[in-house]
Amino acid sequence: MRIGVVTFPGSLDDRSALRAIELAGGVAVPLFHGTNDLKEVQAVILPGGFSYGDYLRCGAISRFSPIMESIILAAEHGFPVLGICNGFQILCESHLLPGALTRNADLHFICADQKVSIESTNTPWTRGYTKGQEIVIPIKNGEGSFQCSDETLKELEDEGRVVLRYVGKNPNGSRNLIAGISNKRGNVVGVMPHPEQAIENLTGPSEDGLMFFSSILKEMVSK
Amino acid sequence: MALDTVKHAEENPNTTQPYKELGLKDDEYESIKKILGRRPTSSELAMYSVMWSEHCSYKSSKIHLKQFGDKAVKSEALLVGIGENAGVVDVGQGYAVTFKIESHNHPSYIEPYQGAATGVGGIVRDILTMGARPIAVMDPLRFGDPENPDTRRVLPGIVSGIGGYGNCLGLPNIGGEIVFDDSYQGNPLVNALCIGVMKHSDIKLATAHGAGNLVVLFGAKTGGDGIGGVSVLASETFSESKPTKRPAVQVGDPFAEKVLIECSLEIFKEDLVVGIQDLGGAGLSCATSELASAGSGGMDIRLETVPLRDPSLSPEEILMSESQERMCAIVEPAKLKRFMQICKKWDVTATVIGEVTTGTRLNITFNGELIVDVPPRTVAHDGPVYNRPISKPKYLDSLKPVSVPLPATPDEIKAAVLKLMAAPNIADKSWVTNQYDRYVQGNTVLSQPEDSGVIRIDTATNLGVAISTDANARWSYLNPYEGAKLALLESCRNIATNGAKPLAVTNCLNFGSPEDPEVMWQFSETVRGLADACLELGLPVTGGNVSFYNQTGTVAILPTPVIGVLGVVQDVTKRTPMGIKPNQVIYVIGNVDDNFSGSEWAYIHGKQIGDHSPVANLDMEERLVKLLLEGQPIFEAAHDISNGGFAASISEMVMRTNVGATINLEGKVAAELLAETPGRVIVAINEASTNEIVALAGKYQIPVRCVGTTGGNYLTINGAAISIDELRDANTGVFEALFG
Repeated sequence: MRIGVVTFPGSLDDRSALRAIELAGGVAVPLFHGTNDLKEVQAVILPGGFSYGDYLRCGAISRFSPIMESIILAAEHGFPVLGICNGFQILCESHLLPGALTRNADLHFICADQKVSIESTNTPWTRGYTKGQEIVIPIKNGEGSFQCSDETLKELEDEGRVVLRYVGKNPNGSRNLIAGISNKRGNVVGVMPHPEQAIENLTGPSEDGLMFFSSILKEMVSK
Repeated sequence: MALDTVKHAEENPNTTQPYKELGLKDDEYESIKKILGRRPTSSELAMYSVMWSEHCSYKSSKIHLKQFGDKAVKSEALLVGIGENAGVVDVGQGYAVTFKIESHNHPSYIEPYQGAATGVGGIVRDILTMGARPIAVMDPLRFGDPENPDTRRVLPGIVSGIGGYGNCLGLPNIGGEIVFDDSYQGNPLVNALCIGVMKHSDIKLATAHGAGNLVVLFGAKTGGDGIGGVSVLASETFSESKPTKRPAVQVGDPFAEKVLIECSLEIFKEDLVVGIQDLGGAGLSCATSELASAGSGGMDIRLETVPLRDPSLSPEEILMSESQERMCAIVEPAKLKRFMQICKKWDVTATVIGEVTTGTRLNITFNGELIVDVPPRTVAHDGPVYNRPISKPKYLDSLKPVSVPLPATPDEIKAAVLKLMAAPNIADKSWVTNQYDRYVQGNTVLSQPEDSGVIRIDTATNLGVAISTDANARWSYLNPYEGAKLALLESCRNIATNGAKPLAVTNCLNFGSPEDPEVMWQFSETVRGLADACLELGLPVTGGNVSFYNQTGTVAILPTPVIGVLGVVQDVTKRTPMGIKPNQVIYVIGNVDDNFSGSEWAYIHGKQIGDHSPVANLDMEERLVKLLLEGQPIFEAAHDISNGGFAASISEMVMRTNVGATINLEGKVAAELLAETPGRVIVAINEASTNEIVALAGKYQIPVRCVGTTGGNYLTINGAAISIDELRDANTGVFEALFG
């Protein structure tokens, strides 16, 4: 089962995402932004980081990378894509997901162990969790406040497309405590917290994040 | 102005030159003329002035720093020693680790965000230059009075600069210090440490060998930022009458640096460079002269080929510019094509600006005209050396003993603990550390507020390294010789507490003006203490940094030697964290005395410092480290006792995991609770391990005492019951209230 992780200039959590795929039992394939070659992967992860230094707007430049052309095209046909943090921002800039991620309410970068609840198991990335399950995974970003129009918000809620929600105090001013969403079809998911940094108790706050990677692998085996 | 060529200089020997404005003294200018046999060209003057500045030449400190070499023990672990960009240490399994601290104090005071950001950038490039992948950073910081409005300007900016740059590079920030003392008002200390890891075979050196090899400048284009930063900023005391110096602070672009890191690592992997040097302080002047003098000496540079962000820059400015995110490599012609391909892949600008020659001189031309013709060693290494006068400070004769309340009743103990935990020096620092990414790279095993930062370097074998930085400037003020030793011992103890064996030492020595004999005495005593202690403990000093002129007017900062110790952890899964669990037994290892000098308890009572520092007991501390390492399998939790004494350490252990403890202290209760006698550690064990800890105490001749048990929701000390919520209320929110 081959899962790709794209390295953009300024990606930071690409190697952690590759490791998470391997720990979950998959074949991790490094992909580079500069070509449109998806190397026959069956799903792709856009990792966290500061691609292009977050200049202009987070994700605004990466969205034009050659590899994004292939990913956008594939995603529209149901190809599974997970965007984590900066990857989520790129997905919003690419219009694969609605809304935008803006400066945290307190204007600071926040690194914290965050409790979130699994709101939807109706995506290939979260199928292995149980709905309502609370997990602890790190958040680490400066621009993680999810914003969208009232209309979009209603749509996301009504269609069950909120995938992750912050539990407790709102860490960054996100609307409806939203920490992650999916597209209508459910194959494209964007999350602000970092499941790839919660795959070992030794180095993360928990192992709660590993199920994102196990879920997609299981999904692909069953297909 | 016409180009001041070598020919022009020869023909016009009596031209008046602004050497004083560039920071050179009369006799220094005379020696340059003597070396060259003529007056320097303006470009040469620019180079000598930056390279002979205090910051680059260590002219006041060199004579003392020699001791680190003279007294050094032969260490098989040391692969690369002092003199290169950073020392390299063998940590086993074929891995080598490099680490170093540098100061960025003056720029950070003028422009907190950029000053601190480029401090991170500079130290990271030093580590990268050795051939290593940077794996973590740490930032020991010191500020003036937290209530002072200027501290509110400086601190948030510095923290956000460190975060803004380090987070964007993808380097976990795993520790450091934040200390407040009035002496740092107007002179905050921003020290930055970086650690990198590589295989032995990947070590790179800053040298230009092989005539015909090419000099390649790669990374960001050269701009007008930071010109004169070294000589004008770092080597001169701030004075209120002079104009503001903001333009001399460099501006950082962390994205450019991140790309430069990945690009360089790919270049190293394919073994495409003969030598490499980063461009930091003194920019191209430093890189070319250091590379050339470490090689055969000859180098030709064509300065007009340097890519510029600002085309109006003069040759002198190009030589002095401290634009960030640039590297200079020596590349064999046959490997240039591949080198350039990798740079292109990462969109990094790379330009051949010259070549290594068979000669012995560094020649720089600008549009064909010779503007620099110097023996490179005279620029890079043969700067002036001063044996500055020293005299024992007069303040030492008028020190006053500490007078502090000694809590005894439960009410007094409770009030004392809560007061202490709310003091800014002891308060929870997460408002700061949560602005730093501690998780990125996925190998952070321990990070603040633990005693040391622990990073896994091999996921298969669980080999790791631990690092800690420490200083107790108040003890150094009372006795710089002992203060330096005590800082080293604390740093060793911190990493041993988490289960790491001390291996090598780095330092960042922050002092006032070397032109003040009393400051120079503090400095010489500090170096003597540190060198003596390293010799006795068998630890090599792998490098360091000296920052002088940390004073405003005649008021110098407390002498602040920040000592970093690196250690190896054979199996990071066995590290000992500080958080306790229920049903454990708590022991204190080591003895206390009732000296409150230099303690936080004294400082929060009228900012007293006291009259005498503790005396470092190297023999005992060495045994303590051995005890900690041997006892690691039975220690369920461990925490060093330092700032704030037992009271602060036990409170931190309780809050870390929300597990209470019931403590019974005997003897001089106030001292047991609040004194900061060095050489003590709190450990928690299972009761079943009692015989083992007693046996260890006997074997290493160090007293251990059982002081309590864990469990419940209260920290109860001699009947004073403090709920964990009360502790947390006192300890948290302090930074938010001051700086949020």
